[in-house]
Amino acid sequence: MKKDELPQDKGDLENFTREVCYVKNKDGKYEKGLSTGWEAKQAALDNAWEEIERVVAQTKESVLNGKVSPIKYYMELQVMDMPVLAGYTGFWSWQIKRHLKPKVFAKLSPSKLEKYAKAFDITVNQLTEFK
Amino acid sequence: MTAEEFNHIQTAHCENGVTVNLLKMKGLDFFTEPLAFGIGAGLFYIHVPFLKINKGPAISFRSMPGQIFKRTCKSLDIDVVHKRFKSTENAQSFLDDKINAGQPVGCQVGVFHLMYFPKSYRFHFNAHNLIIYGKEDGKYLISDPIMEVTTTLTEAELEKVRFAKGPFAPKGHIYYPEKVGEISDELLRKAIVKGIKSNVRMMIQIPSVRAGARGIKFTAGQITKWRSKHGEKKAGLFLGQIVRMQEEIGTGGGGFRFLYAAFLEQAADKLQDDRLIKISEQLTKSGDLWRDSALQMAGIYKGRITSQKDFEDSANILKEISALEKEAFQDLKALKLKY
Repeated sequence: MKKDELPQDKGDLENFTREVCYVKNKDGKYEKGLSTGWEAKQAALDNAWEEIERVVAQTKESVLNGKVSPIKYYMELQVMDMPVLAGYTGFWSWQIKRHLKPKVFAKLSPSKLEKYAKAFDITVNQLTEFK
Repeated sequence: MTAEEFNHIQTAHCENGVTVNLLKMKGLDFFTEPLAFGIGAGLFYIHVPFLKINKGPAISFRSMPGQIFKRTCKSLDIDVVHKRFKSTENAQSFLDDKINAGQPVGCQVGVFHLMYFPKSYRFHFNAHNLIIYGKEDGKYLISDPIMEVTTTLTEAELEKVRFAKGPFAPKGHIYYPEKVGEISDELLRKAIVKGIKSNVRMMIQIPSVRAGARGIKFTAGQITKWRSKHGEKKAGLFLGQIVRMQEEIGTGGGGFRFLYAAFLEQAADKLQDDRLIKISEQLTKSGDLWRDSALQMAGIYKGRITSQKDFEDSANILKEISALEKEAFQDLKALKLKY
């Protein structure tokens, strides 16, 4: 990539930082250049977040309809997958999968609920009194 | 150490940046990011088996986290210290001791809770690297190599990112070069050649269809199946995922390829071997094609072009890249470099 081709598009890095890219200068040698962002990348990022928001909204419905426990909702809100949530709570994945069932969730002990609340950065109340 | 004493250098990639900053502190003034990336054999491609991210492909454009620092220091005969911790208290007191003694340290962190990152970049990625070089008014002074300027984190904020959980959990991982001997020209040339040879092995000699130059072709093959298998929308999201992984902050548009091309340019100078320039050009071409592929894929996930042919066009660019990188590394191998 030549230096004058380095994209300077608007994006989420605005007001945070510009990023270093290696570009060819007029003499055909590499040097560091700074870019504010690239539209192609920003679109991929926007797309990923739209999808996350769509799934979160869908899961909220499922929780309210009693199909799945609130753990699933907060998991998706915090962009966690099984290994990440397992890491933060100390539970095994198969345990978490059980806790996603509303019936099992209703009987969870306070100490287990506490672990989930801590992992999601919320109160136990927010978890049990889902709205 | 104060911000004035610490000379923050911004780089494209975090681990290169930590390596360069820490080695410069130890007197290696000539050291550059491309040298770290090349000696550390950072270039790679892998379509990771078994692992799915958001039910889509898991792809990496560089070697395993931690390898660049480790390989670079090993090749330059530099002794390094690595520490991981079970207790957060021990992790903090070890850190405080080091920075009180004037020793800036590299630190592995998770980005999900990294407060100075834009929200949309904060996923549960646990192999980000930064340098901690001091403490003022209870706040840690942070040099994050991908940021233009230095920043700070409170004790609580730092603890949270050092003890992020999940895959690649950092466990408070701290590292720094301890003893740096004299780096002679001969040692540097030897390290460069060694780095190139390691990278040749990684790119064309791993017996797997998913790794190295062959892995790029493998992904191309997958892409042609996605549309009929998952539908336009999901297949588009998968392409976006490829672009996002290619596009970590600072490695924009096949940035690792340009970085390697820059390394070969510097290697040509240090080894006095112009044949490397030609191969540097090939890597530049590859980086440009990675950019073209991202633009083509963006057309799809933005919903502008969505036919099967558009997916095949994306795949064809990757096939071209695969052939090009295979050739470049075969050429590198054939040079039989000596130092």
